[in-house]
Amino acid sequence: MPRHLASASAAAALATATATSTAMTPMTPSIPSAQLELATSLLRSMERIRLVEEAIADRYSRQQMRCPVHLSIGQEAAAAGVCAALRADDLAMSGHRSHAHYLAKGGNLDAMIAEMHGRATGCCGGRGGSMHLIDRAAGFLGAVPIVGSTIPIATGLAFADKQRGIQRVTVAFLGDAATEEGVFHESLNFAQLHRLPIIYACENNLYSVYSPMRVRQPDTRAIHQIAAGHGLRTLHGDGNDALAVHALASDAAASARAGEGPVFLELATYRWREHCGPGWDNHIGYRTEEEYLAWRALDPIARLQKRLTDAHAFDATAYATEIKAIQVEIDRAFAAAEAAPFPANASMADHVYAAA
Amino acid sequence: MTPPREISYAAAIREAFATCLARDPSVVLMGLGVSDPKGFFGTTINLHLEFGEDRVMDMPCAEAGMTGVALGAAVNGMRPVINHQRLDFALLSMDQLCTQAAKWRYMFGGKERVPLVMRAIIGRGWGQGPQHSQSLQSWFAHIPGLKVVMPATPHDAKGMLIAAIEDDDPVVFLEHRWLHHLTGPVPEGHYTVPLGPTRTARSGDKVTIAAMSYMVIEALEAADRLAAEGIEAEVIDVRCLRPLDRESLIQSIWRTGRLVVADGAWASAGMSAELIASISESAFGALKAAPKRVCLPDCPTPTSPSLAADYYPRAGHIAAAVREVLDLPPNDADLLVPAGVELDKPNPAFTGPF
Repeated sequence: MPRHLASASAAAALATATATSTAMTPMTPSIPSAQLELATSLLRSMERIRLVEEAIADRYSRQQMRCPVHLSIGQEAAAAGVCAALRADDLAMSGHRSHAHYLAKGGNLDAMIAEMHGRATGCCGGRGGSMHLIDRAAGFLGAVPIVGSTIPIATGLAFADKQRGIQRVTVAFLGDAATEEGVFHESLNFAQLHRLPIIYACENNLYSVYSPMRVRQPDTRAIHQIAAGHGLRTLHGDGNDALAVHALASDAAASARAGEGPVFLELATYRWREHCGPGWDNHIGYRTEEEYLAWRALDPIARLQKRLTDAHAFDATAYATEIKAIQVEIDRAFAAAEAAPFPANASMADHVYAAA
Repeated sequence: MTPPREISYAAAIREAFATCLARDPSVVLMGLGVSDPKGFFGTTINLHLEFGEDRVMDMPCAEAGMTGVALGAAVNGMRPVINHQRLDFALLSMDQLCTQAAKWRYMFGGKERVPLVMRAIIGRGWGQGPQHSQSLQSWFAHIPGLKVVMPATPHDAKGMLIAAIEDDDPVVFLEHRWLHHLTGPVPEGHYTVPLGPTRTARSGDKVTIAAMSYMVIEALEAADRLAAEGIEAEVIDVRCLRPLDRESLIQSIWRTGRLVVADGAWASAGMSAELIASISESAFGALKAAPKRVCLPDCPTPTSPSLAADYYPRAGHIAAAVREVLDLPPNDADLLVPAGVELDKPNPAFTGPF
């Protein structure tokens, strides 16, 4: 087994080990009673993210969302777990695969769906699309698709907060490939030098588009060890266990908030669908069906639901009601987006400069 | 009445910083060497003692990352100025400057603002060579969302730098290193020079010389020489490349009918091409002759001083170009280098290094 998988997390190791075997039963430790409410809320958050993204996938063929979409289906625990550990006024930034982060941080669903439809009511007024999400009211200060680009910018958010004495934590969501970019290293060095209140939350889903880890990073060290090399405190674990993610992120947020400097968080996870678009891509040859099935067995939603059930804390009726409410919310968001006006052509060059 | 106070271009830059740092606690300077003993060619000297190393901040050797940090800080309420002792180092940060900062307001639908200044030194001489001398103002001027300024006088250096720092958009502020020692009248205290309008550096009716940055100094010398022969040239200081004040140039061409553009950069796909294209599109009927460009030869900057005379365009090249657009015979005296003048030095007192 490559070392980067062996050292990444129990989940990744488990998935790899079972890739060639048959069914597997993930560990399902019981949930402490004090955490039942949190677990229920994480389950709902993940389910909402998934339903939104499935709705995007289902409706993408209508050709109304004319922009690339990068879905996080399968990776919901990272977004939900990290954001649940934040305060409403904490800040976050992300990359191209940002729907989950935006929603988990409290971003406006209507504005997101409208933006994907290129409408004037979108969160960027139709200038951005799926890859440029922002909701300042929710503390989500932007997402951009150039890999790694928001890592230094989020570092700058934390730098400004520290300079001005604002007590707040910033989270930079990034993928495994972003750790290969120069600005990742430049940012970690600077953040540690100035002990900035920032969490670098790395979702390691093993692929950059179709390029696997083995062609991108040596198997002699794990990603979190790079951060440790810059002197950062590092945490890592099962990115498909929402409660575990929440515990790690809470720990990270507490130390960042206490002025103890930046924290690097590596979360092992996996995307189910294609890199870009609504479909499935196991047939094109860059990954195996077996690997996909092994990870699918680690579905963060099914796992948490089972643990709540085992703890006799899963109320199927209440859950069904909640899902129905989410679906109504989603349907309304799509209907509103499709009915919303496009930006006026005369406004094309607005917002290039302050005076415009 | 006391004559106006005269200080150097470098001192004017320092005054602009001191003025902004004192007025606005959100202003912060970052850059390798802003707090070093040389004080960034004297332009930031001892500011860190006055305002603290948190606000006049040396930084890791990480241009791209630090430009992103400055962008994030700008988005989050500060007014950072990121400084590069050579423009060439700023190229490491093109993603953060051109793809991120320049787009930030637009791509988020006007909800964000980026009060960021990227300051870089450009220019020639004393062996700067291929990788320490690039004048790539045209790269930045190509990008909607950036503002690009290159003042030629101490007065404009201070006023435009303060305006740049107070601007809510990202501004690329370019200084030619040969301007730093030049002196001129500079008001004390706070004032701004708007980012946009050109400056008429000299009035004339026979030809318009549109010049940028240090080439304004060379253009004025060329105009002096030509005036001695009865040829009155108008020198327009194009001190802001984006937004570009095309209208003032067009007006000048309608007066003179002839255009020479002097840019201390390469000609191909450059600002000189943009100026000539703008005039051709908007005032073709005013032109009495084909315009001329005075720019660098189409090769990287050689280091050897022996190649300086043929590499760097100067007043004589501008005068020669003016003769061409006026259909006058060439004058071999234009390109003579007077005894004692060394073309790789900004002034006789300079003994290197930069």
